[in-house]
Amino acid sequence: MPQGDIVVRNLIKRFGRFAALRGVSAGFEAGRLHAILGDNGAGKTTLLRTMAGLAHPTRGEILILGQSPRSACRDIGYMAHPSLLYDEMSGMENLRYFAGLYGIRDDARCKEVIRAVGLDPELTRPVGQYSQGMRQRMSLARAILHDPKVLLLDEPFSNVDVHSAREMVALLKSTRDAGKTIFVVTHQAALLEDVADEFLWMHAGQIVDRTRTAKIAETSEQPLRVS
Amino acid sequence: MNEAPASLWSVAAATLKKDIRLEWRSKDALNSMLFFSLLVVVIFSFSFDPLAEESRLIVGGLVWVAFLFAAVVALNQTWARELRNQVLDAYRVSPAPANALFVAKVLGNFIFVIVLEALMTPLFVIFYNLRVLGSAWQLIPIALLGTWALVVNGTFFAAMSLRTRNRELMLPLLLFPISIPAVLGMVAGTTAVLTADNPAHFYIVLLLTYDLVFTTAYLGLFETILHAE
Repeated sequence: MPQGDIVVRNLIKRFGRFAALRGVSAGFEAGRLHAILGDNGAGKTTLLRTMAGLAHPTRGEILILGQSPRSACRDIGYMAHPSLLYDEMSGMENLRYFAGLYGIRDDARCKEVIRAVGLDPELTRPVGQYSQGMRQRMSLARAILHDPKVLLLDEPFSNVDVHSAREMVALLKSTRDAGKTIFVVTHQAALLEDVADEFLWMHAGQIVDRTRTAKIAETSEQPLRVS
Repeated sequence: MNEAPASLWSVAAATLKKDIRLEWRSKDALNSMLFFSLLVVVIFSFSFDPLAEESRLIVGGLVWVAFLFAAVVALNQTWARELRNQVLDAYRVSPAPANALFVAKVLGNFIFVIVLEALMTPLFVIFYNLRVLGSAWQLIPIALLGTWALVVNGTFFAAMSLRTRNRELMLPLLLFPISIPAVLGMVAGTTAVLTADNPAHFYIVLLLTYDLVFTTAYLGLFETILHAE
């Protein structure tokens, strides 16, 4: 049985006849950065959505700090591939609205997280007119707005220039060092090589390898099955 | 960080404010509703050209059918906004009460449709040469309760059909059958006031009962709908 602060037990997720997750079992320690790698269709996003409580397991269970994902929603920050932001509103307007959903009433926190991701809180342009990289960073700001203990990030570096991606990685490192647990689904494992505590390799709806470096996972022709 | 539990009313108020702001900026729903209703008024007035007496008999049906179809346009718009960039997922992962979203959407749609009715009613009066024979004030509770019935049904079924492939088609298919008792109440109540043939009290009580029953039911079911896949 997997042990840890975040536990996934025999997780199966089916969409009709297609099984996106086929019995994923794993335990994760808090305060670490876990990079999730794998080909398209390996089940990375489905695993993250199930951990966020957005997809319901067909079978199996997930415990986030001892609770179901729905019960632990205050402790979870989720960044999806789409921005989860209103294109017609400015970054600050977006964050002010989402802060209200968590009962955060002051603008100071919104400004703080916008600055933390390297954007200007005074920017009045609607998010729809942001560059893709700026949108990704604002999306990360929304995910960390309520200071969650567990961050679930789905491809945070896609379409982001190298400089901005490095800045985001530095932010993730400091967030992890502050004791938060971070899961990052990415195709750019090299960016996390020096930061991630663990690389999870997914294939066909299963975690097939857990390694300390990205290179071993990426060069592994016959990934090891996790027992 | 100043963090307090998000109450239903504070989240509903914030969501309503956000929806009104988005509608003010895009005017998607209001423009399409207005255009659609205007078409109905003009086309029907040219098609029928009724006498004043005939107008009183048919206009109740025309008005409410126009508003019902126009409301469907607005209802689809409000939820479509939540699907762009999958923003609804940000709400679903938050601890905010599900019903706060429902209450905000219903209130927002209610405001949009009432604005539409306020703008279109004078046109109906002019085009159909209407003169009310009964107690005109009774049209106000009929309009308010009838609009609430349309909007509360529509908001719920629009949310239900969000993840279906043909949601523009699904919404009327789900909405119209369940709205029949309310539509009958609105049309018959409006005709009763216009012609003064029957008392309209019965229809007002019918609409009030309908609104209470369905609003309560939807508040009980919405969380399941919101978190369904």
